[in-house]
Amino acid sequence: MGLGLLSSRTLLRSGKLRPGIFTPLLRRSIVSTSELQNAEAAQAQPDSPPPDLPKRTPVGGARVHFPNPEDAIEVFVDGYPVKIPKGMTVLQACEIAGVDIPRFCYHSRLSIAGNCRMCLVEVEKSPKPVASCAMPALPGMKIKTDTPLAKKAREGVMEFLLMNHPLDCPICDQGGECDLQDQSMAFGSDRGRFTETKRSVVDKNLGPLVKTVMTRCIQCTRCVRFATEIAGVQDLGMLGRGSGEEIGTYVERLMTSELSGNVIDICPVGALTSKPFAFKARNWELKGTESIDVTDAVGSNIRIDSRGPEVMRILPRLNEDINEEWISDKTRFFYDGLKRQRLNDPMIRGPDGRFKAVSWRDALAVVAEVIHQVKPSEIVGVAGKLSDAESMMALKDFLNKMGSNNVWCEGNGPSPNADIRSGYIMNTSISGLEKADVFLLVGTQPRVEAAMVNARIRKTVRAAQAKVGYVGPATDLNYDHEHLGTGPQTLKEIADGRHPFSSTLINAKNPCIIVGAGVFERNDKDAIFSVVETIAESAKAVRPDWNGLNVLLLNAAQAAALDLGLVPESGNSIESSKFIYLMGADDVNLEKIPEDAFVVYQGHHGDRGVYRANIILPSSAFSEKEGTYVNTEGCAQTTVPAVPTVGDARDDWKIIRALSEVAGACLPYDSLTAIRSRMRTVAPNLLNTDERQPAIFSYSLKPESRQEMSTVPFGTAVENFYMTDSITRASKVMAQCSASLLKK
Amino acid sequence: MLGRLAAQRFREIRQVFRQIPQAPRLFSTALNYHLDTPDNNPDLPWEFTEANKAKVKEILSHYPSNYKQSGVIPLLDLAQQQHGGWLTVSAMNEVARIIEVAPIRVYEVATFYSMFNRTKVGKYHLLVCGTTPCMLRGSRDIEDALLKHLGVKRNEVTKDGLFSVGEMECMGCCVNAPMITVADYSNGSEGYAYNYYEDVTPKRVVEIVEALRRGEKPPRGTQNPKRINSGPEGGNTTLLGEPKAPPCRDLDAC
Repeated sequence: MGLGLLSSRTLLRSGKLRPGIFTPLLRRSIVSTSELQNAEAAQAQPDSPPPDLPKRTPVGGARVHFPNPEDAIEVFVDGYPVKIPKGMTVLQACEIAGVDIPRFCYHSRLSIAGNCRMCLVEVEKSPKPVASCAMPALPGMKIKTDTPLAKKAREGVMEFLLMNHPLDCPICDQGGECDLQDQSMAFGSDRGRFTETKRSVVDKNLGPLVKTVMTRCIQCTRCVRFATEIAGVQDLGMLGRGSGEEIGTYVERLMTSELSGNVIDICPVGALTSKPFAFKARNWELKGTESIDVTDAVGSNIRIDSRGPEVMRILPRLNEDINEEWISDKTRFFYDGLKRQRLNDPMIRGPDGRFKAVSWRDALAVVAEVIHQVKPSEIVGVAGKLSDAESMMALKDFLNKMGSNNVWCEGNGPSPNADIRSGYIMNTSISGLEKADVFLLVGTQPRVEAAMVNARIRKTVRAAQAKVGYVGPATDLNYDHEHLGTGPQTLKEIADGRHPFSSTLINAKNPCIIVGAGVFERNDKDAIFSVVETIAESAKAVRPDWNGLNVLLLNAAQAAALDLGLVPESGNSIESSKFIYLMGADDVNLEKIPEDAFVVYQGHHGDRGVYRANIILPSSAFSEKEGTYVNTEGCAQTTVPAVPTVGDARDDWKIIRALSEVAGACLPYDSLTAIRSRMRTVAPNLLNTDERQPAIFSYSLKPESRQEMSTVPFGTAVENFYMTDSITRASKVMAQCSASLLKK
Repeated sequence: MLGRLAAQRFREIRQVFRQIPQAPRLFSTALNYHLDTPDNNPDLPWEFTEANKAKVKEILSHYPSNYKQSGVIPLLDLAQQQHGGWLTVSAMNEVARIIEVAPIRVYEVATFYSMFNRTKVGKYHLLVCGTTPCMLRGSRDIEDALLKHLGVKRNEVTKDGLFSVGEMECMGCCVNAPMITVADYSNGSEGYAYNYYEDVTPKRVVEIVEALRRGEKPPRGTQNPKRINSGPEGGNTTLLGEPKAPPCRDLDAC
């Protein structure tokens, strides 16, 4: 900076040099630092970092966690001293020092294999290069990552890896985001010396989601370790030996795990790729939008990759607290449902029973006319599973203004209790589940209801040998669990201390009880919750430092609905209603709707609700709007629009705002900030996005329940994992999965 | 022009070296994935015989009870002997059940070791050593003689199901090269035998095969009547007397 830019500016101003083709050259400032000027001086200082260079920061801006600050040791990476916790490997020490060492088989969330040898670095006093991913860093170790020995090792390993690798880059989906491509450009030599015949491997059929071209496999075994450790299904293995090794299932088996799509991210080469995304796009033409998944209540962070108006694929985003680096198969592959059966024009059902497309003005006028003809007590509003908080706020405000208080959200049951927040969120928080040592699952099958919560429970069971007791119908959980019983009587036995599991709970340091939201639909819900609270009390699950009493919600909209107070006045208002506003609600029992009721369906897919609707108002899906969703642990997150809306569809809350104006009961907000400040008056936690808001009061405020517990055993809330809401039901890939991958 | 001639000559020379002089040499590595056949599919039940179940318990007693997985190789060997020389998928599944691991772990072990046959072999599985010392002494002729006589290709079973021929690595009888091994699966796991027949000639090896076919048990070891084990023909030429005694029997006194 400095002199160079100053001189170019003065030259220009003086008019001596005409601006034109020379200007870009002059405007570029030439930077020089002291060590570039004095090369000899820098070399003369051995092993100590020049004082004016900035401190080295960890790779990717990571934070280093010292579990025992006294146990920190010091190692030297390329001459720079770094402090690391004891027990870290050389590779991790280099990462803290800001040096990214190439690797194929090492993954921070999987066990160490050490078989790719790409991470070789030179360590002083070691006779041969050291596999940094497996070598623990000892105090005072001098690690050198850029010496000729390390570079030669990397080039050699890369040459070996490329020997049997097919020349598939033009037809391989991983091109552009391939670890092998990137690392061979950065660390490999420019030519190979292999003149023999390459081996090829038979492709394996792993199902409709994962495409395999096993010739490209470099045998890093990341997929084998992922399937064994994180997904919990031991299906994949390394068969054979030597250059004839093949990754496969030996017998013809499909990968039925709900986390199977994550091997696509994990595979460093194009051996395992996404079958629905095969040959569709290259990664550099896609625009990534950071958004939130709404297929379940976990709110996994995703990145929606779109090209123009089309969503091409969905990838996970790192969020240590919620979904780490994984997403379930449903989240990853349901996006093709966004292109099918979309509602794009307002429609009115004519007297012949067929729908006719009309303009927005006419549609809203008709709705406004009808809503004024019915009595306020006959107006009912139901928010759907995928509704965002803004639209639910608008719906409730509008219907309240019209005089009705019968607004609720699907999945919350006939009489939800929204007063005490700890009664409907996961109080332990998803990352807090790792600290539990005993789990009691009541009426919930986390594997199909919230796959990422299940992954976290499995992580805890694996790492800390946590015990899991499960009450409900026999189900397949991918970790060891005790099937304690099927119905509420088992809970009573545990509460009374008569069950052998009660002692396990009482002796636990951090017991964690998870109740499924399917219990909300039961008539004896209050009785069940009071029994669960008794169990929590005897197990000391609710303490100032640990709250182990959780509810696992099923939909993305439930928590926000209860935060905003969408509680109906009466549980059976549908049977006596004359005007029903279904906002994306497809799981309403359509038979309960009276024959002469006027049904407005506002949604984005022509799913079940439209069959009974009299008017259709098209709205935007989650990938096309900016909406706030609260996940099951109480963390508010917002989706970001990735693609434009389809046809003439509008945002949900904007439709209701327009309708309110046409109906003469105008809502006072016109913009997103305005409706969000309205939300702040009701539930300010919805505005604090990406920060988990714990519940303040525990269940002790609840009044005693006098309900009788019924003996009906718990049911399954999610019958088909792959088809749970309107978008997944419209998806072809999800249909293929439910046909072939569901366990019969 | 001279360069072209040279390149052509080079190519011819290379072709000569690349030529396969003998019968097509199939690679002995079997498939690393399973194909269902009527006699090898996961739906067929399989279990150890009663006598073998006792042997299984004895084998597992060698290993700690929480590391039953360590016994996978001896158990697979026993299963292979019981089933007539090869492992079916159901046998591997049963072994997996006994040692309480997922079946894929057993498949991994079974595909790693080439002596675990995962396709049918004959009751007498003849293995010819093909490593350098044996090859120099003519093991390729032995193999050709066997294949021609039995009328099969490598790793194929004869029509009567009695014989199959495979290649094996060095079995340590280089002094008595060439040699073959006969793995005898005709009597299940009780009568299992694994015998070396060394110093064979193409004529002798056919005689051995015919003797096995008749149900006889030809004498194992060297087939050269003039040798005793690995000694030279005509008796020892060294080590004729007692070895020289150590300078002092009582090492403490020296």
